[in-house]
Amino acid sequence: MNTFADQLLVLVMLINLVMLGTSRLLFSIRAVAVQGVILGLLPGLVHPFSLHLAAIMTVVIIVKGIVIPYFIGDAVHKARIRREVEPFIGYVPTLVLGAVFTALSFAFAEKLPLAPEHEELLFVPASMATLLTGFLILTTRRKAISQVIGYLVMENGIFVFGLLLTEAMPAMVEAGVLLDLLVGIFVMGIVINHISREFSSIDTSRLRALKEE
Amino acid sequence: MSFPKGVIGNPVFQLFQKTGSPIESFGDDPLFARAHRRPLNADPFRYKPGVTSRQVKRRVAVAINNCEISVDISFDSTYLILASAFIMAVSGVPCILAGAVAGQRIAMLLTMLASIAGEYAAVSILFFNASTTAYSVELPQPFGEAAFTVDNLSLLFLLPLYLVVFCAAIYSPAYWPARKKRGATRLTIFTGLFAASMIAVTIARNGVLFLMAWEVMAISAYFLLTADQQNQETERSGRVYLIATHFGTMALLIMFALLCAITGTFDFPPRCSLALASPYSTAIILAALFGFGGKAGLMPMHFWLPGAHAGAPSHISAMMSGLMLKMGIYGILRVLTFFNLLPPWVGWTFLILGAWSAVGGIAVAAAQRDLKRLLACSSIENVGIIFTGIGMSLVGMQIHSQLLIICGLTGAFIHVINHSLFKSLLFMGSGVIIHGAGTREIDLLGGVARRMPVASALFLAGTIAICGFPPLNGFIGELYLYAGAIQDGISNPLPLTAVVAPLLALVGGVAAITFVKLYGIVFLGQPRSDRGAGSHEAPLQMTVPIMILAFACLFFGLYPVALVRLVSPAVISTAALSAETFDMVSSVVPLAPVMLANGLLILLGLFTGYLYLLKLKKEPCEKNSTWGCGYPARTPRMQYTGTSFSGLIVSQLGTFVSSSKVSPDMHGDLLPAKASFAYEATETVLNQILTPLFRWTGWGFSYLRRIQHGQLQVYILYIIATLFTLMLWRGR
Repeated sequence: MNTFADQLLVLVMLINLVMLGTSRLLFSIRAVAVQGVILGLLPGLVHPFSLHLAAIMTVVIIVKGIVIPYFIGDAVHKARIRREVEPFIGYVPTLVLGAVFTALSFAFAEKLPLAPEHEELLFVPASMATLLTGFLILTTRRKAISQVIGYLVMENGIFVFGLLLTEAMPAMVEAGVLLDLLVGIFVMGIVINHISREFSSIDTSRLRALKEE
Repeated sequence: MSFPKGVIGNPVFQLFQKTGSPIESFGDDPLFARAHRRPLNADPFRYKPGVTSRQVKRRVAVAINNCEISVDISFDSTYLILASAFIMAVSGVPCILAGAVAGQRIAMLLTMLASIAGEYAAVSILFFNASTTAYSVELPQPFGEAAFTVDNLSLLFLLPLYLVVFCAAIYSPAYWPARKKRGATRLTIFTGLFAASMIAVTIARNGVLFLMAWEVMAISAYFLLTADQQNQETERSGRVYLIATHFGTMALLIMFALLCAITGTFDFPPRCSLALASPYSTAIILAALFGFGGKAGLMPMHFWLPGAHAGAPSHISAMMSGLMLKMGIYGILRVLTFFNLLPPWVGWTFLILGAWSAVGGIAVAAAQRDLKRLLACSSIENVGIIFTGIGMSLVGMQIHSQLLIICGLTGAFIHVINHSLFKSLLFMGSGVIIHGAGTREIDLLGGVARRMPVASALFLAGTIAICGFPPLNGFIGELYLYAGAIQDGISNPLPLTAVVAPLLALVGGVAAITFVKLYGIVFLGQPRSDRGAGSHEAPLQMTVPIMILAFACLFFGLYPVALVRLVSPAVISTAALSAETFDMVSSVVPLAPVMLANGLLILLGLFTGYLYLLKLKKEPCEKNSTWGCGYPARTPRMQYTGTSFSGLIVSQLGTFVSSSKVSPDMHGDLLPAKASFAYEATETVLNQILTPLFRWTGWGFSYLRRIQHGQLQVYILYIIATLFTLMLWRGR
C-alpha cells in the first residue's frame, strides 16, 4: 500500500513541475485539480478505512478537485485571460529552480529528526517540494490568478504534511484549512474582479502604484 | 476566609452603614431616596441595611467569581483599598449607560465615595494599626499570582492620592461640564481608570501586574491630556508624552525581566533580598532610574512634562503633576528597597540628578509665559527636591549617618505629600483662572484679584506653600533637608552633602521670583487685555476643592507634627530603623518652635490685616490721580509683563534655560514704525537634542523603506529567503 502512496506522491511532485513549466492558465488549473484529487485519495491509502475517513476524502476531493478549480476557472473566464505572459523568470529557468528545490527538499528531509515510521516515506520531501513550488509560483508569476494557484499549491504542500501528523486525521483542523482556503479564494476572486475592473489589468506588479510615497 | 469577630462593630461596616443610612431615614421621600440610591446601587460591594454579614461575604465572592478569579476575602483595610480602586475604575461606566450628563454626576459621587473609603482605610492602617492582608489573585500563566499588599511605602503615596482624587472629582463636572463641552464621557471614564490604576500601581506586588497597572495609568493619562481635541499643540504634546512614556515602559520591561532572571519569578523580591553582587544589579538600577525617573520628570527625561501638563484639563494636570509623577518616585523607592546594599554611585547620582532637576526646573519655570507650563516646570523642580532628599539618605546609608538618612527621607517624603497638595491646589486654581478669563497666557492677564477675590486668596496660599515659606506646609519638608545638610556640614569632616543647603537656597530664591511673577502679574495690577478684564468668579464646585487643599496646606503648616507622623512609618520601614532612633534623630529639627513661630506669624498677619481694615474704615481713601512721572496717559500695557519681570533672572540662568526672542530693529528713523516683539521659552532637550535625533533616525530609516516597494512577488521572495535560511540553519 505504502509504495502506491509513494508513487502517488511522486505524481504530485511531477504535477508541481508541470505547473511550473506551463504558460496556460487553464492547464495549470486542471493540474491543481488533479493534484487535489490525488491528495484526496492519499488519506485512504495510509490510514485504515472508516466512515469518517471516507467522508473526509469525499469532501477533500470535491473541494480541491471540483469547487475551487471551478471558481478559479470562472474568474479566468470573467477576466478574459488565457495565459500567463511575461513571467518574471522564464519557464525553463523556473522549471530548473523547481527541480533544484525538489532536490533540496529531499536533502532537507534527510536531516529532519523524524519518527522512525515516517522516515522511509516520501511524505516530507513531497510536502516540502510542493510548498516551495507554491512559493516559486507566487514569486515568479505576474497575474493575480497565478498567485491564487500558487497559494493553492502551497496549501496542498501543507496538506501532505498534515497527513503525517496524526493517525486519525484531525478533521476539524483540515476542515478549518479548507474553509480558510475557500474564503481566501472568494476574496481573491473578488479582488481580481475589482482589480481588473479598475485597472483593466490583473498584473499584480502594478500594485506598487498603491505604495505611499 | 474567616470573618473577623464582631463584624458589625468593625469600623469598616460602620462606614458602610453611615453611607447607607440616607436611604433608610429619607425612605419616605421618593425624590431624595432616588437621588441617593442611584449612585450607591452602582457599587457592588455596598453594604445594604438588613443584609447579614454572611450575605455580604457571598455577594463579594460572587461578584469576583464572575470574573473567574478567586480571592481570599475578609473585610479589612486592604480589601477596602482594593474595592475603592475597583469602584473608581468602573465609575465612568454610567457615562456610557446613562449619558454623559448624568454619568458625570454619578461618576463624581462614586469617586468621592471610593476616595473617602480609601482614605479612611489608609488612615486606619496608619493610625490605628488596622489589619492588612496580602491578597493574591490567581491569573493564568505566565503571569503568576497577582499579589496585592499595602505597606507603609504604599500608604505614603495613597494618602495624598485619595485626597486629590476626591477634590478632582468635585472639580471636574464644573470645569468640564458635559452639557457644554465635548469629550466629557472620555474624560470621566479615563479619570476613573487613571485613579484606579495609580492605586493598583502602589499596591501591586508582582512585576507583570505592576506593568499592567502602569500601562493603564500611562495610556489613560494620554487620553485625558488629549481631551481637548481641537488643539494642535495638545495633540503634539500628547504624542511626545506617548513616545516618552513608552520608552520608560521599555526600560521597566527590561528591569522586570532582569529581576525575574535573578529571582526566577515575577513576584517582587522581599526587602533587602538582592545582593549587590548579583548579576545585572547595575542594569536594574539604571533601568529603574530611566523608566521611573522619566515618569517622575527627572531631568534630562523631563521633556514631555511641560507640554503634557499644560495641555491637559486643569484637574487632570493636578492629578498628573500631584500624583502620577509620584508614581515614578514610588517605583524607584520600591526597587531600591529590594537591594540590601547599594553601590556608592547610586546616592550621588540621585543627589546630582535631583539637584540638576531642582535648579534647572525652576530656571525653566521662571522663563515660561504660560501659566500652566510654569506650574508644570516647577513640578520638575519639586521632583528634583524629592530626589535630592532621597539621594541624601542614600549617601547617608553609604557613610552610616543616621542623621542624613532620616532627614533626607523625611524631607523627601514630606515633600511628596506637600507637593501633591499645593501643586494640585495651584493647577486647580489655574483652572479657575482659565475658566474665568479664557487664557493661560500670563502676559494677557492682570488684576484678576479684584474680580476673583476668593480664588486669588487660595492661589496665594498655594504660592506661599510652593515657595517653601512659613507658615505653610512647603516649608516643613525643606526644613528637614536643610537641617540634614547643615548638621552634616557641622559634624562631617568632608561635608559634601552640605552643598545641598546652598542649592536649596538658590532654588527657593528663584522659586520666589517665579511665583512672585506669577501671582503679581496675573492677580495684581490692571488687566493687560480684554480677555483678562472679562474674568469672573468661579462656581463654588470649583472653589471648594481648592479650599480643602488650601486648608490641608495650612493645617500641615501650623501642625507639622501630623505631617511627620504621616511619613514616619514609611521612613522607618524604608530605612529599616527603629522608631526610637527616628524620634531621637529627627529631634534635630525643632518642630515646636516652628509651630509656635508659624502660629505667631498667622496671628501677626491677621492682626496687621485687622489694623489695616480699621484704618481704612477710619480714613476712607480718596481717589485722585497720582503724579504722572511725565507720562500722563498711561495704559495697562505699560505695566511690567511676566517676561520682563523674569528677564534678568532668566538671563542669569542661561545655562539651564534657552529662549528665543524676536526683537524689533530699533535703529533707523526718528519715529520708529510699528514693530513686534516675540518671546518663547524653548525646551532644550526636546528641541535641540531629541527632535534632531529623531529626524536623523527617520532619515536613516528611510533607506530601509526601499525594501518596502510594493512588489508583491519580491515580498514573497523575502519569505522564501527567510524560510531557506532557517532550513539551512536548522538542517545543518
